[in-house]
Amino acid sequence: MKPFPGLALIAACLLAVPAQAAENVTDFTLDNGLQVVVIEDHRAPVVVQMVWYRVGAADEAPGKSGIAHFLEHLMFKGTDEIGPGEFSSIVEAQGGNDNAFTSWDYTAYFQRVAADRLDLMMKLESDRMSDLRLAEEDVLTERDVILEERNQRTDSNPGALLGEQMRAAQFLNHPYGIPIIGWRHEMEQLSKDDAKDFYRRHYAPNNAVLVVAGDVTPDQVRDMAQRHYGPIPAATDLAPRARVTEPPQLSERRLTLSDPRVSEPYVSRSYLAPERDPGDQKTAAALTILAELLGGNGTTSVLARALQFDQQKAVYAAAFYDGSSVDDTTFNFVVVPTPDTTLPQVEEALDAALTAFLETGPDPEDLARIKTQIRAADIYARDDADGLARRYGEALANGLTIDDVRQWPEILGAVTADDIMAAARLVLDRRKSVTGYLQREEAAQ
Amino acid sequence: MIRHLSAIACFLLLALPARAAVDIQTVTSPGGITAWLVQEENIPFTAIEIRFRGGSSLDPVGKEGAVNLMTALIEEGAGDLDAQGFARARDDLAASFRFSSDIDTVAISAQFLTENRDQAIDLLHLALTEPRFDPDAVERVRGQVLAGLRSDEKDPASIANRLFRQQAFPGHPYAHDGSGTLETVPALTVEDLRAAHAASIARDRLFVAASGDISAQDLGLLLDRLFADLPATGAALPGRVEPALTGGITVQEFPGPQSLLLFGHSGIKRDDPDFFAATILNEVLGGGRFSARLMTEIREKRGLTYGIGTSLMGYDNAEVVVGQTRVANASTAEAVDLIRKEWARIETEGITEAELQATKTYLTGAYPLRFDGNGPLATIMVNMQLIGLPPDYPKTRNDKVNAVTIEDVRRVAARLYHADDLRFIIVGQPEGVASTN
Repeated sequence: MKPFPGLALIAACLLAVPAQAAENVTDFTLDNGLQVVVIEDHRAPVVVQMVWYRVGAADEAPGKSGIAHFLEHLMFKGTDEIGPGEFSSIVEAQGGNDNAFTSWDYTAYFQRVAADRLDLMMKLESDRMSDLRLAEEDVLTERDVILEERNQRTDSNPGALLGEQMRAAQFLNHPYGIPIIGWRHEMEQLSKDDAKDFYRRHYAPNNAVLVVAGDVTPDQVRDMAQRHYGPIPAATDLAPRARVTEPPQLSERRLTLSDPRVSEPYVSRSYLAPERDPGDQKTAAALTILAELLGGNGTTSVLARALQFDQQKAVYAAAFYDGSSVDDTTFNFVVVPTPDTTLPQVEEALDAALTAFLETGPDPEDLARIKTQIRAADIYARDDADGLARRYGEALANGLTIDDVRQWPEILGAVTADDIMAAARLVLDRRKSVTGYLQREEAAQ
Repeated sequence: MIRHLSAIACFLLLALPARAAVDIQTVTSPGGITAWLVQEENIPFTAIEIRFRGGSSLDPVGKEGAVNLMTALIEEGAGDLDAQGFARARDDLAASFRFSSDIDTVAISAQFLTENRDQAIDLLHLALTEPRFDPDAVERVRGQVLAGLRSDEKDPASIANRLFRQQAFPGHPYAHDGSGTLETVPALTVEDLRAAHAASIARDRLFVAASGDISAQDLGLLLDRLFADLPATGAALPGRVEPALTGGITVQEFPGPQSLLLFGHSGIKRDDPDFFAATILNEVLGGGRFSARLMTEIREKRGLTYGIGTSLMGYDNAEVVVGQTRVANASTAEAVDLIRKEWARIETEGITEAELQATKTYLTGAYPLRFDGNGPLATIMVNMQLIGLPPDYPKTRNDKVNAVTIEDVRRVAARLYHADDLRFIIVGQPEGVASTN
């Protein structure tokens, strides 16, 4: 099947169904508050180090959108001990790879190296936890880079622009409505002082999680982490994450984006939805399985059957939900109509299929099949130590505990048809939705 | 948001991957089918990678897209199962099968649990040997392929790739998109799909690698179960083609804030004695790393782009050196000049001793890191077979990298890089550049 660029990516993320805690995981905390997780996998002499800071784009001050991501770029521009770009050069000289990524809730840095180079990686990563040095000219050049990144990822892509507009409409008050990369007019004004200020406030061992996965033992990690990260003092003025909440959504929101670069128009729908909370993951688990049932499989899901097979009104129909989030998140649908179906027609078919599902509930065989796949996903997931490192790092950065991560597969397995229906009724309420149409420019005239 | 992306998929670096310590067995089934195996019993599943050489380059003229559509339909009904029945049977086993095709191969990636391996293999065998091509499935999947082709017409990277292929490989199957065209795909019939199946799914072009919880003996039995009743031979493979690219600029107008630049010329064969020197040169010029020359000049010093990279692209029947970047429309002329300048510099001066040593350290250090699980291992092993490497290659590869001398790289730089021959395909609204010829 020829996937749609972009859409296929989202689908791939969703299919990564969580695994049970059959993996070999140890955790401890240093005196300065740095939380450490070790995932052992001794099959190959490789290790990945990840440091996750509990700060992201949703923690930015008003007017400074993009600063969390900008700082992520600037973290490669040198410290009191190494020069600009030297971080990556040293990693490369060891045959390693390094990169970083920013979300609304976290910022993470990682290196993948031969297992016997872990000590050097910890030396480098701990150095930039507290001793970042920035030169004005490097900051200005890098700001041009992130503006080109926005050009490439967002402004050249009508689907990305629609997604940005839809989030802005979905979150009236919460910063999840602001793009991670930033609004262009604010990005253009970001300064070295903005970056240093954000760094000082948020980068500290007691606001970070260190995850090490691969051919290494917990004792080795404890020793190295103590030596490199241990001396960094905890921040005493770390402000708790003070996030605002959404007001009740009383009326559905709709928008249309028209662009000459659109080839295949589509309907996108999002609903506000609860996320995984520490000790309280049951609703998120039901929503995870609901998304699988409705639109997680291109052939057998409720929407694929109704819209692609039975009515033949769509070439693609999918549902997405990711409960990894600090605050309320979204439950999403995307439907791409066939050439002879209009957007209103395919939207009507989507709503009819959802209404029918709310009346009949899940097919027991569908539910059993998804449970089988969730159990198997545990086995397949153990093949990928990097993936496990990301799973633990993201969860802990978002405020979940190791136990929450361990219990998640069990909680997924225990979800009943009644749980799914309760979650579906809670979330699938048009009054709490945003609907976006992406269409060709000429169609708007 | 990720800090950098390698601008080009680097399957080119031709994934000569393998941990030096990795122990590759070669297995021959009772029926005479061979496969490579890494047995790894820690996790109770197996990954298997299957390739049939030929791919969409086997499409007859006027039937472009037949192999692609056929491959997309393999899972959409087989034997007594329709599309829904097949998907349910596969998911009940928690097995995963992926079928895809490119210009050189039909590829199947399968993962299955040890506990129901036989059932998974029987299901995969059914798909391989008895695809139904039900009319409703054909129309549904054809609709998806056409939607993808229409999307490609509004995608700068797809537009650039199409222009590049047309200029590089006129008259050869490589000139076409493997998915076909908006003219050919609507006309494909079920007979065309059956012909594409017979042309491309055969034992004389089969390559197999497995990694995971399976013994050599069990793999042998599995090979016969899967492949023994396939036809012995398929269609004739296409011949070699020398890239016909000429130096110059081709501009294709497209709305947006950036221009996409795709640039390249003829490359070097994977089995050329100078290939390792060329690999080192490519890393220095256009590797995805920040120390690479193009990344340094265009991103790190000037902030003109989010990423730039080059690759040694090796197809079965042709080779090119190709690079890609995206820059603001107003920066396009500057970027073209900088790329040409760096191309000329490496052509005439080669690289420094320090760059050579640093790149050797990187390439040899990175090599063992590729072995990261059953899925990647199986893919690496099947790719090694496709490019003709021996199973003990992982043990000798780093020595070959280390044997490259500064004289080698200077000689190969002059042989490989030709700034005057660079063809730029530019898709966007570039300022200060125009099509040449």
